[in-house]
Amino acid sequence: MHIPDGFIDAPTSAAFGVVAVAGVGYAVKRAGEENADQLTPLAGLVAAFVFAGQMLNFPVAMGTSGHLLGGVLAAVLVGPWLGAIGIAVVLGVQALFADGGLTALGLNITNMALVGAVGGYGLFALARRVLPRRASAVVIAAAVAAFASVPLAAGAFVLQFALGGTVDLPLDGVAGAMIGVHCLIGIGEAAITAATVSLVLGTRPDLVYGARGLHRARDLTVRRLEPAGAAVPTGQGAAGVASAGTVGLAPAVAGAGGPELADRRDDRSVS
Amino acid sequence: MGGVHVLDPYQPGHSVLHAMPAQCKIVAAFGYVICVVVTPVTAGWAFGAHLLVLVTLCAVARLRALLVIRRLALELPFLAFAAALPFVVPGPRVEVLGAGLSRPGLEQAFGLLARATLGLMTVIVLAATTPARDLLVGLERLRLPPVIIAVASFMIRYAGLVVDQMQRMAVARRSRGHEPRSLRATGVLAASLGTLFIRSYERGERVHLAMLARGYSGTLPGALPTAAPRPVQWTLAGGLVVLGAAVAVTARGTGLSAL
Repeated sequence: MHIPDGFIDAPTSAAFGVVAVAGVGYAVKRAGEENADQLTPLAGLVAAFVFAGQMLNFPVAMGTSGHLLGGVLAAVLVGPWLGAIGIAVVLGVQALFADGGLTALGLNITNMALVGAVGGYGLFALARRVLPRRASAVVIAAAVAAFASVPLAAGAFVLQFALGGTVDLPLDGVAGAMIGVHCLIGIGEAAITAATVSLVLGTRPDLVYGARGLHRARDLTVRRLEPAGAAVPTGQGAAGVASAGTVGLAPAVAGAGGPELADRRDDRSVS
Repeated sequence: MGGVHVLDPYQPGHSVLHAMPAQCKIVAAFGYVICVVVTPVTAGWAFGAHLLVLVTLCAVARLRALLVIRRLALELPFLAFAAALPFVVPGPRVEVLGAGLSRPGLEQAFGLLARATLGLMTVIVLAATTPARDLLVGLERLRLPPVIIAVASFMIRYAGLVVDQMQRMAVARRSRGHEPRSLRATGVLAASLGTLFIRSYERGERVHLAMLARGYSGTLPGALPTAAPRPVQWTLAGGLVVLGAAVAVTARGTGLSAL
């Protein structure tokens, strides 16, 4: 739920606009240092993914459903800086295209991109430090951070409300209701985040930024394999690749099969 | 499925607002929303004046009333919150239909709804009269950092594709008999979300390699040329903000004297 125009008064909105600009500027700088040339396409696709992920409805009970906020998920998968840029861009595009809240954009970016994604990643890093160095610990840490990040973002909203709320509600009541409700939302966020991180960790562990230290990229080694070399000349190139692939030596196949196929193409062009 | 762009609120047309360059419209919209936000709640007529201005803009842009109302429905959840305010805000009570309602609560609920609605209407007019690409060009002309513009243009371009992919995955799940009814479906849906992430990320890598192969060197080539704004268009955009500011300032005067 985004803050609309006029919910928080103009000076507070402007102050948090400055906070948001500074925070996103810093995130752009740090993300650029990490993956300089890939930044634009990756951040763009992460933003598109967060946007799509927020449209996926998870049924809760009795016909109600909720959706993902995605701050911690994006931060664990691609890192806090790229994740924060992605979420900030999603919020900006939504404000300009559909949701409104132009003057509240700084507030929303502060809550969801800076507190939600970067702050959530801080919690994740903290939990990783406490837990043992195992892949399952990444999932647990992501769940803990996702759970805590939602009431944390709600707490940031309560702070903004205390500074410049345009409604005379008792502050302790607002704080209690906001943080209470968001603790419930946090449970769902934790479940979705943990299950998603666990799947990506199982299929493409190299893509999970939060698990970088856990595995080492294997060196590419080129090995000559007799069966693959023997299979190719009989015109069964695809079968040769498949049978070698089941042995579990895919890099070796790429090394040994490549030149063979190229040689055959040369033969054909000659004849 | 497919074909429908999730992020395309643009309504083609030939009005003055459609012809105005995007940067003028963005400045005008932002300025006008600020004017709406600083208008005091106590001056009810001022919100009527703002509404009149925005309805006039909708009429000038030839937007269908139904379309504007449908897009305004976005703030319905917020309406429920505002409706609760007269019951919970402390203050002197007034009798309305036999129920004791808080007077400041009623005022603040009105202010909240009026500002959120007017702000949303401004964005609806902006988005309906400006194609997405022009909005980005306008933001670029307004000197937003090129990195943010590039990321936003990627997001807008690929959001449709990623959402389509998600919908294809939903069809695949349903065709295999999966019906999400309760929290137990979380595992299956999250697995889809994880797969969607991997596919999006790999698409990002492929797109990046394709861009490198076509000579991408870190910055997108300059935006396609668009007509530079004529002085009359800036005057029109500025006039709109001045009008909003005049309403806000007058409202401030009368609103404070009414207190």
